[in-house]
Amino acid sequence: MIAFDFAYFRPETLKEANETYKQLIIAGKLPLYYGGGTEIISMARAGSIRFDAVIDIKSIPECNTLCVENNQLIIGSAVTLTKIAESGCFPLLGKTVSRIADHTIQDKITIGGNIAGSIIYREAALPLMITNSKVKIIKKNKLHELPLLEIFDGNLHLQNGELIVQFLIDTNYLNLSYCHVKKTKLDKIDYPLITLAAIKTDNGINAAVSGLADKPFLLPVKILNEQDVPEAVRADKTVGAIQNNIIGDLIIAGKEYRMFVLKNVLVQMFENFKEAQYAGI
Amino acid sequence: MGYIIGQNIIRKEAFNKVTGTAKYTDDFIATGIYHADLLVSPYAHAKIISIDISAAASAKGVKKIITGNDINVLCGPLIDDKPPLAKEKVRYHGEPVVMVVADCEQNAKAAVAKIKVNFQPLPVVNSVSDALKENAVLIHENLQQYKKNVSDVYPETGSNVCGHVKIRKGDLQKGWQESELTIESNFTLPQSDHAAMETRAAQCQIMPNGRVIVCSSTQAPFSVKEQINKTFQVPIEDIDVNVLFVGGGFGGKAAVQLEILAYIAAKAVDGHTVKIASSREKDMITTPCKIGLEAKIKIGAKKNGKIIVAEMHYNVDCGGYADIAPRIAKAIAVDCAGPYNIENISCDALSVYTNHPVATSFRGFGHTSLSFCIERMMDKLGAALNIDPIEIRMINALTEGCYSPTQVKVTLSNTGNFGECLNKLKTLINWHEGQRIVESNHLIRAKGVGCFVKTSDSPTNAISGVLLTFNSDGSINLNCGAVEIGPGMKTTAAQILAEKLKMDIGRIQVKMEVDTQTSPVHWKTVASMTTYMVGRAVISAAEDLIRQLLNGAATILRCTPEDLEIAEEKIFLKTDQKIYLTFKDIVHGFQYQNGNSIVGQIMGRGNFIMNQLSYLDKETGEGKAGPYWTPGAQAVEIEYDTIQHTYRILKAATVVDAGKVLNPKTVKGILMGGMCMGLGLGTSESFIYDAEGIVQNTSFRTYKMMRYGETPDYLIDYVETPQLDAPYGSRGLAEHGIIGIPAALANAISLAAGIDVTKLPITPEQIWQQKEGVRQ
Amino acid sequence: MLAFKDKSIISLNINGDNVTVMVNPSYTLLHVLRENLGLTGTKPGCENGDCGSCTVLVDGWPIKSCLMLAVEAIGHQVITVEGLKNAPIQRSFVENWGFQCGYCTSGFLMVCHALKNIHPDADDFIIEQWLQSNLCRCTGYGEIKDAVKAVLENKI
Ligand SMILES: Cc1cc2nc3c(=O)[nH]c(=O)nc-3n(C[C@H](O)[C@H](O)[C@H](O)COP(=O)(O)OP(=O)(O)OC[C@H]3O[C@@H](n4cnc5c(N)ncnc54)[C@H](O)[C@@H]3O)c2cc1C
Ligand code: FES
Ligand code: FES
Repeated sequence: MIAFDFAYFRPETLKEANETYKQLIIAGKLPLYYGGGTEIISMARAGSIRFDAVIDIKSIPECNTLCVENNQLIIGSAVTLTKIAESGCFPLLGKTVSRIADHTIQDKITIGGNIAGSIIYREAALPLMITNSKVKIIKKNKLHELPLLEIFDGNLHLQNGELIVQFLIDTNYLNLSYCHVKKTKLDKIDYPLITLAAIKTDNGINAAVSGLADKPFLLPVKILNEQDVPEAVRADKTVGAIQNNIIGDLIIAGKEYRMFVLKNVLVQMFENFKEAQYAGI
Repeated sequence: MGYIIGQNIIRKEAFNKVTGTAKYTDDFIATGIYHADLLVSPYAHAKIISIDISAAASAKGVKKIITGNDINVLCGPLIDDKPPLAKEKVRYHGEPVVMVVADCEQNAKAAVAKIKVNFQPLPVVNSVSDALKENAVLIHENLQQYKKNVSDVYPETGSNVCGHVKIRKGDLQKGWQESELTIESNFTLPQSDHAAMETRAAQCQIMPNGRVIVCSSTQAPFSVKEQINKTFQVPIEDIDVNVLFVGGGFGGKAAVQLEILAYIAAKAVDGHTVKIASSREKDMITTPCKIGLEAKIKIGAKKNGKIIVAEMHYNVDCGGYADIAPRIAKAIAVDCAGPYNIENISCDALSVYTNHPVATSFRGFGHTSLSFCIERMMDKLGAALNIDPIEIRMINALTEGCYSPTQVKVTLSNTGNFGECLNKLKTLINWHEGQRIVESNHLIRAKGVGCFVKTSDSPTNAISGVLLTFNSDGSINLNCGAVEIGPGMKTTAAQILAEKLKMDIGRIQVKMEVDTQTSPVHWKTVASMTTYMVGRAVISAAEDLIRQLLNGAATILRCTPEDLEIAEEKIFLKTDQKIYLTFKDIVHGFQYQNGNSIVGQIMGRGNFIMNQLSYLDKETGEGKAGPYWTPGAQAVEIEYDTIQHTYRILKAATVVDAGKVLNPKTVKGILMGGMCMGLGLGTSESFIYDAEGIVQNTSFRTYKMMRYGETPDYLIDYVETPQLDAPYGSRGLAEHGIIGIPAALANAISLAAGIDVTKLPITPEQIWQQKEGVRQ
Repeated sequence: MLAFKDKSIISLNINGDNVTVMVNPSYTLLHVLRENLGLTGTKPGCENGDCGSCTVLVDGWPIKSCLMLAVEAIGHQVITVEGLKNAPIQRSFVENWGFQCGYCTSGFLMVCHALKNIHPDADDFIIEQWLQSNLCRCTGYGEIKDAVKAVLENKI
């Protein structure tokens, strides 16, 4: 039960959404864009956020797109993780999102909400971070298209009222060989100890991880791809290079153990890229 | 053989449970009732400096705000050490401090957020060993002033010890002299949660005529009644406690807490109905959890594997208040040697206050913890002497003629056949293929064993009762005071009655709800005692019915009662079954053709009281704690990855001496459920505290339990050594599936990884730490 | 645009019926089903998305009703356990001993029912993926597995 009241709006167009947001601000209210609502409802129940209104973006056509156009996969920000996984449009992303939370929740979480959320994992971002993805956002009443990494360094940097509308991924990336590993403390349904998403392009391996730090981040491409260095050594060097980012916590795992698991994950990743075209683990 | 015993009987309420129509406490929806919500302590130990309720008091919908200063009572089942709302100081994270009563849940919750409490943190006692240190911070400064509700609990003044049970058996000195080998180890087990899917909830209304009507998700409605009576001096006859279905108990709903708060709340608003339901987070820490344990065990043995002597210290972490923990410590002491015969024993079981959440009974009543220690010791002993783990257990097995730690003589009837359980386990888990099998260059398959024996530790005068009435068509209504918390006890009661009367179980209606005004008293639905206690009462009630039916029929059929027999709702002449009366003819009175009537309404009354139980001697522990033991042997098979230090659970096996399996599928389900929970304790379930004693994992997001697909193949088998005084010979086993499993898992992992597991839960990180020698 | 600024009367489609209820926009679907509509078969177990006991079907897919606002359900079809009406999965749970206390049962039934409709050929991997969304504290999941398999294999 949420202890406070708020208003609910479900606009049909981007313009309406943007306009509603503005009006609420003018009226001195605090609105939130509302995707799946899973984070908003749980944090509101816990009393850790307060707001006056939610603007549900799920009826906005642009936010619900899931199609390929001009060699780009377009994923609307309100598309649920289940839809992405079931569509098979982007295998690495499908694999990644089908390990977020649990299957039932995946039908509620939206890709935009996962990436814009306050949770430190934001696992859905990993495949997008390593595939030169772009985002379309509403900014100052207009649609802008930018590289994702320009506004997302693990944390999303949007100004108030700005809305993610779509993610755009070059189709060349969709069927590259990939690797996804999610390691948890023990259970399958849990926050990640480490989630790694990686692809292999002609230029080498690109990988991003979540769970190790207070936000997802890219692994150093140079070290991962030092061709003349043995893989085990590359794994060690990667761990060494990022160890200052790694955090430990009471609940999931200590820092040293995370480093140990990361190393294993990297070794496994190298192994998989050697062995198979498609390496989902 | 049996008429219906041994058959799979679908539970009576099954279709109500798959249609959403079965009602649980919080499903009672009514407009106009009030809701209570709690402000709970954010500190584990702190002084309450001030409470400012002004903003909350004027908030929307608020009817009343109650703080500890408004209530001048202390309560508790054994020791009155707990204010229902904290007074002067808080003793654990999550302790209730202020209660708001409002017109709806939302307003109650909103008002709680407006209360400001000023706490001054105190030094935190964050473990049992902290609590037992010399000059330890005292959690209850006035321990000696508390009222004790029972005579056999011994708090130690000037300490954090609220109970001490001693076992002294045999001659320790002689034992050590004769020993050729000693093994010693320390163990630490964390507190954890019951996590029944239904969180605890209660409602109370006080009628203008003074009647107090409580509805609660409790395993112990009669204790609720007694505690309200004792704490508030409400005449006991004015208190009525109603229980609908309970969504899982596991011991956690045997503690009385929300009922007391609901009473206080209702009283404060002129008797208006007030409902209080725990959120999951509060259900975890505000209401009671499972004990933690620190133990130190030393055993001495001969080279042939025979244990001669044991010295044991079990220190129970009971959290901020005693609740029932001293009884759990007692239960641990009573069965301190596990299913093994040890001639010379010294055991001290302390219940120790800490600044952790309050602990209460939990499935197994301390036995899961004690078995973990003993069973790890058995493996260590076996390893030291190079004796196979099952063999070492066989060498020491408790058999007929031995004496238990409290010096009760073991018989086949009262203890069953543990050795036979071990034998069957060997086959079930394919022991002969080996215990540690290298599967590939980085995978090892390993098996571990964990055994148990458990008795009940009920009060020496625990009672139960059954009332039987007839409908006009000869069908029967069965009314007993045991609560339907899940294991199907109501159906079992009907099954026992159907067997006894040789009638169709479909013609027996069981009252699912318990209401303390009309249901006969049943001690508590705990301790795996329900089948035994209610079953005995059912049989006694059935005998009462049979006597009346035979007498009545004898008059009508002009013979002696001895000439008659009963089956299929008929009372017939043994010599000529064609001469009979049906139940229908007689149970509401028999009417002759001219209208004359005799016999009248037939009703059955049955009762049961524990017999021969006694208090334990304060110095030696001698005495009889329970009516019988149930023994069993369990095993877990895992696959261990030597590179990642992760493991998978492949199989879990249980062989239990069931006495007699009454309802096979139900029994199997209960055992599997217990095993699953045991695996949860072994792999992941534990409260995690920070340095200030704050519980870090109060939701299912971070408190992890077993899910579908994570469970192993379950292998189950039985030994059936009848218990002579039990209904159809059956022993209690509802808790038992859990008991030896964490130990078995720990033994398997210790063997697979070559480490010494002395703590639970066992995470890959911990294995890695031990393997790599990393400092924790 | 749908807009609810305050307590409002909304129309929902629940178990095939259109019902009107007065709700605050902040009420979860779980709350409204239970408190406003008396459909208490849907159970709260955590109100945090973790346990699945509150699962209902929204347009045929399982959804945890504790993480959905009632107003979000406008325009969608909601089915609760009360709307199952003799679905094979119900009998299968009874005949396979798929529950003890019964508290988690509605949630499991809804997931299994949807699974059977959406993936009638589900293999063990998919069954596991779907059913891992729910917790049961009484059973060891063995009987639940039997129950769902019996339905998928059309044995019920
Ligand atoms: C049981 C459970 C387990 C979970 N486990 C994991 C896990 O293992 N890994 C993981 O990564 N996540 C996990 N999560 C998910 C995570 O915590 C969030 O709940 C989820 O990602 C939020 O998505 P949503 O669509 O529901 O977002 P919402 O709750 O709708 O929104 C979240 C935030 O994003 C903003 N927002 C939403 N959409 C947009 C948009 N289009 N543009 C700009 N801002 C927007 C909102 O204003 C809000 O601040 C779990 C959640 C649950 C309930
Ligand atoms: S109550 Fe909704 S998932 Fe637990
Ligand atoms: S049957 Fe009790 S929680 Fe599943």
